[in-house]
Amino acid sequence: MSAVSAAPDRTDTRAGTARALLSVNNIEVIYDHVILVLKGVSLKVPEGGIVALLGANGAGKSTTLKAISGLLRTERGDVTKGAIEFRGEPIHRRNPNEVVRHGIVQVMEGRHVFEHLTVEENLLTGAYTQGGARTKPDLEMVYGYFPRLKDRRGFRAGYVSGGEQQMLAIGRALMAHPRLMLLDEPSMGLAPMLVQEIFEIVARLNREENVAVLLAEQNATMALRFAQHGYVMENGRIVLDGDATTIADNEDIKEFYLGLTGVGQRKSYRDVKHYKRRKRWLS
Amino acid sequence: MSLLYAVFVAPFVDMATAPAFFVEVLLGGVFAGLMYSLVALGFVLIFKASGVFNFAQGVMVLFAALTLVGLMERGAPVPVALVLTVAVMVALAFAIERLVLRPLVNQEHIILFMATIGLNFFLEGFGEMLWGANVKRLDIGVPDESFQVAGVLVNKLELSAAITAALLVAVLAVFFQRTRIGRALRAVADDHEAALSIGIPLKTIWVIVWAVAGIVAIAAGVMWGAKSGVQFSLSLLALKALPVLILGGFESVPGAILGGLIIGVGEKLGEVYWGPLVGGAIENWFAYVLALAFLLFRPQGLFGEKIIERV
Ligand SMILES: Nc1ncnc2c1ncn2[C@@H]1O[C@H](COP(=O)(O)OP(=O)(O)O)[C@@H](O)[C@H]1O
Ligand SMILES: [Mg+2]
Repeated sequence: MSAVSAAPDRTDTRAGTARALLSVNNIEVIYDHVILVLKGVSLKVPEGGIVALLGANGAGKSTTLKAISGLLRTERGDVTKGAIEFRGEPIHRRNPNEVVRHGIVQVMEGRHVFEHLTVEENLLTGAYTQGGARTKPDLEMVYGYFPRLKDRRGFRAGYVSGGEQQMLAIGRALMAHPRLMLLDEPSMGLAPMLVQEIFEIVARLNREENVAVLLAEQNATMALRFAQHGYVMENGRIVLDGDATTIADNEDIKEFYLGLTGVGQRKSYRDVKHYKRRKRWLS
Repeated sequence: MSLLYAVFVAPFVDMATAPAFFVEVLLGGVFAGLMYSLVALGFVLIFKASGVFNFAQGVMVLFAALTLVGLMERGAPVPVALVLTVAVMVALAFAIERLVLRPLVNQEHIILFMATIGLNFFLEGFGEMLWGANVKRLDIGVPDESFQVAGVLVNKLELSAAITAALLVAVLAVFFQRTRIGRALRAVADDHEAALSIGIPLKTIWVIVWAVAGIVAIAAGVMWGAKSGVQFSLSLLALKALPVLILGGFESVPGAILGGLIIGVGEKLGEVYWGPLVGGAIENWFAYVLALAFLLFRPQGLFGEKIIERV
């Protein structure tokens, strides 16, 4: 893979060696028929890869993930231009449940566990598209990755800790046997230690279960540590992309787009203006 | 002094001195209460899964009963007519999802509510058009007569209705707790976007809840119809379901059942033991006064689902 490339032809250059599992080609997304949010977003996720989608709050990361998973339509959003292909098949006209059956599951921002169901029942609902086959071994597989969930299996999901809820949301998605997991801000509101723990499990899942991951994060430092490739979004566009290490090492990128400097301090006037939203990046 | 005695002492003395009669009144209350519970249950199922307050639930009871009687009048034996009625209610669920819910998805709740008002009038008219508007006798083969157990008169029809209702509730409970579809229904009720995100198809779920609500309506319609004839007033059962919902909480299945029983038993006991004091008709207003009291002092209802807030 090449280093950071300038805007226009970046998507072509970086596809590189691995075959693209997912490719998002120049999509435009409009909410409520008038609000233009994504203005030509393109990205690729290779088979078995971890790709980070970075950017400030409101950049369009969640919208991109929802366009892929089909959840956009429940929020009156629509992909009006471009195409999304998964294993070479167009999926941007599909319902969320068809997308899940194709092998893509989104873990939504804010976790969204079923609060009145127990932890185990939450996991079982994740197997809905599997029609009830192989649920026992699948449960054990999830408990293997998240032993804490096993301890909490009989608890109502609304009463377990934030970290456990995040694990549950990931475990629930895993029950659907995804080839690609869309993870939206798994670090949100969690202590750095816990974030580290969860990301390590995700990396193991990626290796051992061959689940590719598209990871939307404001916590760029952490995300780039686990991803091979990164895209940076700003204002509904992808403004650059490159190898994770290259992005992580490039002081200019960190300063201008990710609000980080080498030592993790805020600098320019924009950071002061957006103090609140930037603060979380540094955690 | 004598008024206090008449209100607080005399009725209980009456109960104690004629225990068999008291039990009979109680059973009558349980029977009526179960009918209210069944109608309220239909409301709760639909409300939980789709957030729609289904104004037409009462008319669904009438429609189901009319369909059953109509089929029987045309010579279908009871079991065949029942199966066909179930099929009609399931077909109705599909039609409602396709023609009412799907076009209105993502609309305000009030719009969906108004759509169910439309549905109410449509079903009322459609039912009468198909099966006629006159009062019909519904004979399901269980005689409306009583037998004695330990000095208590028990009505066979009411007893079999109570058993059927209890079985239905038990089956529903198992369905919700233990099956894949039942879990999916509860998941949708909790967080429908999350349910979508793991591949639960909302449209299918809506068809299923409306079909289940339709089947519950059949049960209520058959029992009430067998007791007092199939007629327009059946749809007024829904008016009693509203106080039941206020008592039980709009999202609670156990609440709907217990709320119905409390109102059924309460109004029967009130009517028989306290009725003479106020010249009767307690049965007509008891439910609403009780509901009002609940609105004032416990608006979330008996079992109103607690909103989980983690600290
Ligand atoms: N349902 C919606 N309707 C209208 N605008 C929306 C909706 N969801 C998000 N937006 C807007 O789209 C932009 C991108 O939001 P989002 O994709 O959530 O960004 P991010 O996940 O990067 O924080 C924001 O300006 C936001 O206000
Ligand atoms: Mg977001």
